[in-house]
Amino acid sequence: MTKTTRDTSNTSFQLKGGLFTLTVIYLFNPELTVLGEQLAKLVKQTPKFFQNMPVVIDLHKLQPPSATLDFTSLIQCLREHGLIPIGVRSGNALQHEAAASIGLAIMPNTKTEATAEPATIKPTVATDAAPAAPAVVLTKIITQPIRSGQQIYARNSDLVVLGPVSPGAELIADGNIHIYGALRGRALAGVSGNQSARIFCQTLEAELVSIAGHYWISEDLHNSAMKENVHIYLEKERLHVSTY
Amino acid sequence: MAKIIVITSGKGGVGKTTTSAAIAAGLAKRGFKTAVVDFDIGLRNLDLIMGCERRVVYDFINVIRGEANLKQALIKDKRIDNLFILPASQTRDKDALTKEGVDQVLQELQTEFDYIICDSPAGIERGAHLAMYFADVAIVVTNPEVSSVRDSDRMLGLLASKSRRAEQGLEPIKEHLLLTRYSLTRVQKGEMLGVDDILEILAIPLLGVIPESQAVLRASNAGVPITLLDELTDAGQAYLDSVARLLGEDIPHRFVKPEKKGFLSRLFKSREETIA
Repeated sequence: MTKTTRDTSNTSFQLKGGLFTLTVIYLFNPELTVLGEQLAKLVKQTPKFFQNMPVVIDLHKLQPPSATLDFTSLIQCLREHGLIPIGVRSGNALQHEAAASIGLAIMPNTKTEATAEPATIKPTVATDAAPAAPAVVLTKIITQPIRSGQQIYARNSDLVVLGPVSPGAELIADGNIHIYGALRGRALAGVSGNQSARIFCQTLEAELVSIAGHYWISEDLHNSAMKENVHIYLEKERLHVSTY
Repeated sequence: MAKIIVITSGKGGVGKTTTSAAIAAGLAKRGFKTAVVDFDIGLRNLDLIMGCERRVVYDFINVIRGEANLKQALIKDKRIDNLFILPASQTRDKDALTKEGVDQVLQELQTEFDYIICDSPAGIERGAHLAMYFADVAIVVTNPEVSSVRDSDRMLGLLASKSRRAEQGLEPIKEHLLLTRYSLTRVQKGEMLGVDDILEILAIPLLGVIPESQAVLRASNAGVPITLLDELTDAGQAYLDSVARLLGEDIPHRFVKPEKKGFLSRLFKSREETIA
């Protein structure tokens, strides 16, 4: 497995994506005096908790929705109570323009929390962070036979091999492994824990197959579909080999 | 510019040196100026097989270290024109080989010769690595048994990843399989792997099948490359065919299926079909 190293000796900075959990303050009322009073009351209860807390201002519950906000005063008000406003979201174009003009970030819209979507909530990204890496990871494709002693790792992706995999060779992938040829070496799919990963091959003669850490050695395989066209998957923590 | 051909296998005792001598002599017989270089530093054998052991003065390592020039170290074959041997050192070990040194010697040879045959030592250590590193063509010598096949497979992996051509992203080394010590009767008895089983695993083109033959040992003991023996043997013929295929000629493979023998041929018919 190769590790890509980056030469940092000559560069003064590096951009990297990062995920942050941020507190969102939902604004109901454009009237800032009310906000100030209520905020003061809240902060008084747990002052340490609010000290230097970065917040994102959400406007989608604002009444009336298109109210003109005095962002300069709003920021000042929040800062007085120890909060650090960093961005705005779910406003209209005018509100966003006003916010941007005084240096607030416009955060990506998320679905309203009323629809309560599990796990698909988009991450909120801090202003100084670079955009996250693209989600599409290309499948690693090998067009040559994999020889004894060779090891191929497909990080965060599927692995496709067009040719035989010899005894003593090792295929490793975070995703699925497809072999258009005979599998005579080892194949380990879903190594970072993906239980839905599968292994496909045209002639099963493997030394070892593994999905998400559950493995079978050649001896275990001999009773199943040796030398056949198979796919191997994990179901109820157990490996299954089926012909297709 | 000469073509560099490495004779390699991974496993020892499969016939690399015999093959190096036979192929080199075969190429010289065809009129190509050929040098055969022994990379097995410390275990020198090529000079014995070529029958020039009593004429070794300087060796490969002497040339690399600048203690002799190439002309002094190359031994001209007495039987045939165009054939030269660069012997290995018997007193040093493989660490005496350096990549720069080997590169320099091969470059110098390339200006004068048509073919350079590198006789690789067994293993995958320094000597074997440097023997194949600069190659354009590889002949992988394999015996019809599982450990030899696996070692050849490993070697093929190294040829595809650890050679100069691989490292510089050039056109990959051209790989050929040469099956040696092939005994048809033992294959038919199931005691040896058959040609197609081996080809299925190694998946490279077949250069030739050399039948198991007493003549190979006789030739070795006499210090004559089998392709230069006066009587043309099965093995000698198979090597000459392989040389022809190496030069791009299309010749059918011999010794891979049984001769027609009436009853016997009927008995082995199914086998024949799978080979053909």
